[in-house]
Amino acid sequence: MNKLGLWMSAGLAALVLAASAQAQQPLKIGFGMSLTGPLAGNGKAALISMQIWAEDVNAKGGLLGRKVELVYYDDQTNPSTVPSIYTKLLDVDKVDLVVSGYGTNVIAPAMPIMMQRNMTFMSLFGLNVNSKFNYDRYFQIMPAGPDPAIGWTQGFFDTAMTLNPKPQTVALVGADAEYPALALEGARAQAKRTGLKVVYDKSYPPNTVDFSPIVRAIQATNPDLVFLASYPPDSAGMVRAVNEVGLKTRMFGGGLVGPQFAALKTQLGPLLNGVVNYEAYAPEVSAKYPFLEQFLAKYQGRAVKEGVDPLGFYLPPYAYAMMQVLEQAIKATGGLDQGKLADYMHTYEFDTFVGKVRFAKNGEWSIPRMLTVQYHGISGNDLEQWMKPGKVTVLAPSDYKTGTAMTPYQDNKK
Amino acid sequence: MSNRNFAILTFAIALAVVAASRLVSSDYFFSAAYTVLQFIILATAWNILGGYTGYVNFGSAAFFAVGAYTTVFLHKALQPPLPVMIAAGTIAAGLLGLGVGYLTLRMRGVFFAIATLALAVVLYTFVVNWDYVGGARGAYILQPRVVPFGFPRYVHLLYTAMVLMTALALVVARSIQTSFIGRGLAAIRDDEIAAECSGVPTLRLKLFSATVSGALMGMAGTTFPYYLSYVEPSAAFNLSYAVNSIAMPLIGGMTSWLGPLIGAVLLGSVQQVVQVTVSSAWNLLIVGVLLVVFVTVAPNGIMGWVDSWRRSRARRP
Amino acid sequence: MEFPTALLLNAIIAGLLLGGFYAAVSVGISISFGMLDVVNIAHPAFIILGSYVAYIVNDRMGLDPIAVSIVLSPLFFALGMLLYRIYYLCFEKRGQESLRGLAFFFGILFITEVVLLLVFGVDYRLVETAYSSVTLRLGVVDFPLRLVVPFVVSVTMVVGVQLFLARTFFGRAVLAVAQDQLALRLMGINPVRVKEFAFALSIATAGVAGAFLIVIQPVQPAIGREYIGLVFAVCVLGGMGSIWGTLLGAFVLGLAESFTSTFFGPSWAPAVSFGTLLAALAFKPSGLLGR
Repeated sequence: MNKLGLWMSAGLAALVLAASAQAQQPLKIGFGMSLTGPLAGNGKAALISMQIWAEDVNAKGGLLGRKVELVYYDDQTNPSTVPSIYTKLLDVDKVDLVVSGYGTNVIAPAMPIMMQRNMTFMSLFGLNVNSKFNYDRYFQIMPAGPDPAIGWTQGFFDTAMTLNPKPQTVALVGADAEYPALALEGARAQAKRTGLKVVYDKSYPPNTVDFSPIVRAIQATNPDLVFLASYPPDSAGMVRAVNEVGLKTRMFGGGLVGPQFAALKTQLGPLLNGVVNYEAYAPEVSAKYPFLEQFLAKYQGRAVKEGVDPLGFYLPPYAYAMMQVLEQAIKATGGLDQGKLADYMHTYEFDTFVGKVRFAKNGEWSIPRMLTVQYHGISGNDLEQWMKPGKVTVLAPSDYKTGTAMTPYQDNKK
Repeated sequence: MSNRNFAILTFAIALAVVAASRLVSSDYFFSAAYTVLQFIILATAWNILGGYTGYVNFGSAAFFAVGAYTTVFLHKALQPPLPVMIAAGTIAAGLLGLGVGYLTLRMRGVFFAIATLALAVVLYTFVVNWDYVGGARGAYILQPRVVPFGFPRYVHLLYTAMVLMTALALVVARSIQTSFIGRGLAAIRDDEIAAECSGVPTLRLKLFSATVSGALMGMAGTTFPYYLSYVEPSAAFNLSYAVNSIAMPLIGGMTSWLGPLIGAVLLGSVQQVVQVTVSSAWNLLIVGVLLVVFVTVAPNGIMGWVDSWRRSRARRP
Repeated sequence: MEFPTALLLNAIIAGLLLGGFYAAVSVGISISFGMLDVVNIAHPAFIILGSYVAYIVNDRMGLDPIAVSIVLSPLFFALGMLLYRIYYLCFEKRGQESLRGLAFFFGILFITEVVLLLVFGVDYRLVETAYSSVTLRLGVVDFPLRLVVPFVVSVTMVVGVQLFLARTFFGRAVLAVAQDQLALRLMGINPVRVKEFAFALSIATAGVAGAFLIVIQPVQPAIGREYIGLVFAVCVLGGMGSIWGTLLGAFVLGLAESFTSTFFGPSWAPAVSFGTLLAALAFKPSGLLGR
C-alpha cells in the first residue's frame, strides 16, 4: 500500500474510532422526579417504570446505537427546586432529552426553560398545563383529551345521564388544591352542558380531619349526584365519612385520586363498593392494553422490594408509554433534533402499552381515554382480588365499556 | 466605616458581581444563585427582628408570600414594570409586619411567635380562597418573551434584581445595627423591662423592627412568581422558608449583619449541592441537625466562633 | 341556607367529639408551655411518633392502638425526661432559653419528621380497629365510634392530668414550680426534678394522643406541622397553665371548625380557628380561663 493509501486508512480508522466513541457516549435523558414529599409514592412508581424501560431498550441494543442513561434529581414535590434542576440537567449534565416530573406543580416551572431552549417536553400527568403557555413542543401522556378538565369529568357525567329517570341535581365537592380545583371547574362545565342544577359547591382544606360535617351538609341538599375531586388522604376520609353518615344519592364519586393505588384499595376495601371513579387501567379491559401485563409483573416485583405501590395501575403504564413514544419518535426521525421530534409526535400515532396514542395540537391526547369505573363486590382488605378482573365495571369510554352503572349508591355497598 | 461608605462599597460590589456573572454561560448558576440570594435576604430580614430585637418570627413564609402574591395581583390587574411590583410587595409586607406587631408586640415574645404561626395559616387560607390570584389552582405568571435591559435570558434579570435587593437588605441591616436604633433594639433584646425603665421607647422600636423585617421578607418574595412561572399557595407558604430563615442567622451569628449572610451562603449552598447530588430527604435532615448542633454547641454561631477566636488572640501577649 | 335541626345537632356533636381529641393533643403543651415556659414546638412530632408506634404494633400484632399507647406511655415519659435534661443543660441553665430553646425544638421537630420519612416513607398509614367503621345512631344524631372512643379516652386523660396536678403532692409541686421556683426550693424540693417530671408527662400525653390521631385519620410524617398552630391556639385560647382552660379552648375550637365546615364551607375553617386565636391574643391574651 502506498503512502496515500496508508494515510487514507489511518484517516478512515480515526473517523470510525471517533464515530464509535461518539456512539458509545450514553444517550442521557434528564428529569426531576418526586422522590420525597407528598407525591413521592407516585414519583417513585414512575421512576421504577422508566428504569424498566431503559433496561428494556438497552437490552435490545440501546437507542441510535447508544446506551440509554437516566439522569434524575429529587424535586421534593417542591416547585422551587425545578428551575435549578432543569438548568443543571441542560447546562451542566448536558442531557440529550428531557421529560417532566409528576404533577402540574413541577411541570409548570420547567416550561419557560423548555421554551427558551426549544426543547421537546414530554410531561407526566399535569392537568391542562399548556393552556397558558401554548407551547407547540409540549406533550402530555395523561389521557385526559384535548380539553383536560372536560375530558376528565366526561365519563362520570355521561354515565349519570344514562340513569333512568334522569338526575336533576348535583353536589360538587373537593379539596383546596390545584388538581381538584381544575376537576371541579370541569364538573361545573359538565353540569351546565347537561342541564343539572348545582345544589352544593364547596371545597375543604386539605388537612381536614373530620369529613362528616361536610357529608351531612351535602346530604341536606338531597343531591341526585355527588361529584368528589380529592387527593388520597381526603379521598379516604370522604369515603369513610360517606359510609359513616350513610349518604343517600344515586351516584357518588368521579375524581378521587387514591383508590387507584394498592394502599387505599386495601385500606378501604369494601367501603369502595358502589363508588364511581376514574382509573387508568383495569384488568377487565386488559385486552386493550397489549403487553401491559408482562410489564406489570416486572414492575410489581420491584415495587414490592422498594416499598412503593405494588399494584401499579395508575402511573406506571403511562410512565412507560411516555418513554415508548419518545423511543419511537427518536428511531423514526433518526436523531435528537428537537424540532423534528416534535413534528413527528404531532403527526403520527404511536403503539404503546396503553394502546394507540395520538396527540392533539396542544400536546394533549386527541381523544380522552380515562376509564370511568364502578367498584363492586369487594370483600375484605386483601390485594389479590384487585389484580384479577371482577371487582370493577368499566362504564366509559364506550369502546371500553363492560357493564352499566348500579344505582342508587346506597344500595350497592355489598 | 460609616454607613454611607458601606452602602457605596456594597453596591459597588453588587454591580461588580452582576458584571462578572455576564461571563457565566450556565443558566444553572443563575437559578441556584437566585435561591441562595433569596435566603440571604430572608435571613437578614429575620435577624433584624430575631437577632437584634430578640423576637422570634415563625411566619417568615407569610411575609414572603405577601410579596409574591402582591406581584401576582398587580400582574393580573395592571401589569406594571417590575420595580413597581417589587416596591409594592415590600410595602405590603411591611404594613403586615406593622399590623401584626401592633396587635401582639405589647405582650411577651412568645405570643408574638405564636401569632406569627397563626398568621401564616390565616393568610394561607385567604389566598386559597381568593380566586383572583388563582386560589388553590395557582396562578400562571409568564415571563415576558422579550427580556428588558437586554439580558440574554429572563433569569439573568431576576438574578440581577436579587443581587441589588440583597445589597439593599445588607445595607439596611448594618445601618440599623450601628445606629441608635440598633442600640435600643439590643437593649430590648437583653432586658426589655430594664430598657423600658431607662426610657427606651420599646414599643415604637419594636414596631419599627417588625415593619422593616416584614418589608424585607416581602421584598425577597416579589420576583418569585416570575422565577417559577406558576405560583400556588403551598409553594409560596412553604415551611422551608420559615425554618431556613431561623436556621441561617442562628448558624451564622445573630448579633451582626454579617451572620445571616454567612449562614445563608453556607447553608444555602450546601442545600443546593445536596439537592443535585444526594438528592433526597437528607436535605431537611441536614438543616435540622445543623440547627440543633449549632444551637446547643455554638449558640453565637460562626460569628461567635470568630469573635472568641479573635479575643483569645488578643489576649495572647 | 336551611337550618335543619339534624344538621345543627350533628354539627354540635361532631364539634365536641373533635374538641375532645384536640384537648388531648394540646394538654401536653398546656403543661410544657403554660406551666414550665418551655416552648416545645416539637410537641406534634411526638404525637406523630406516637401514631407510628401505635401503627407498628397494630400492624404486627393486631392490638388496639389506644390500649397499646397507654401501655407504652412510660417509654414516651422516659423520652421526655431525656429531652428535658438536654434542654435544661444546654439552655435553661445558661439563661438563654427563649430564642435558642425555640430553635432547638424546631430542629428536633424536623429531625423527627425526616427520620420517620426515611424509615416509613410518605405513604399514609391507618389502623383498623374493631370500632373503626361502627356508627351509633341516636335519632337524627350520629356518633361514629371512630371519634367517640378517642373522645372518651382523651377527656379521661385530660381530666386525669388535671386531678393529678390538683390533688397529688407531685402534681401540686408542678403547679408551684410554675408560680414560684424560689419558694419551692426553699421548701426543699428540687424544681429541676419537678420540671423534668412535668415535661416528661407532657411528652407521654403526646404519645397517647398520637394513637387517637391514627384512629381518627390516616397519618404521614409531615402532618405534625399542621398541628403546631392548632395546639398553641388551643392553649392560648383556653388560658395558659389551666387544664380546664385547655379543655374549654379545645371544645371552642372544635365547635368553631365544625360549624364553619357545615354552614359556611370547610375551606374557611382554619381561618376561623386561627383568626380566633389572633383575636384572643390581641384582646385577651390571658385566654378564657388563664391567670
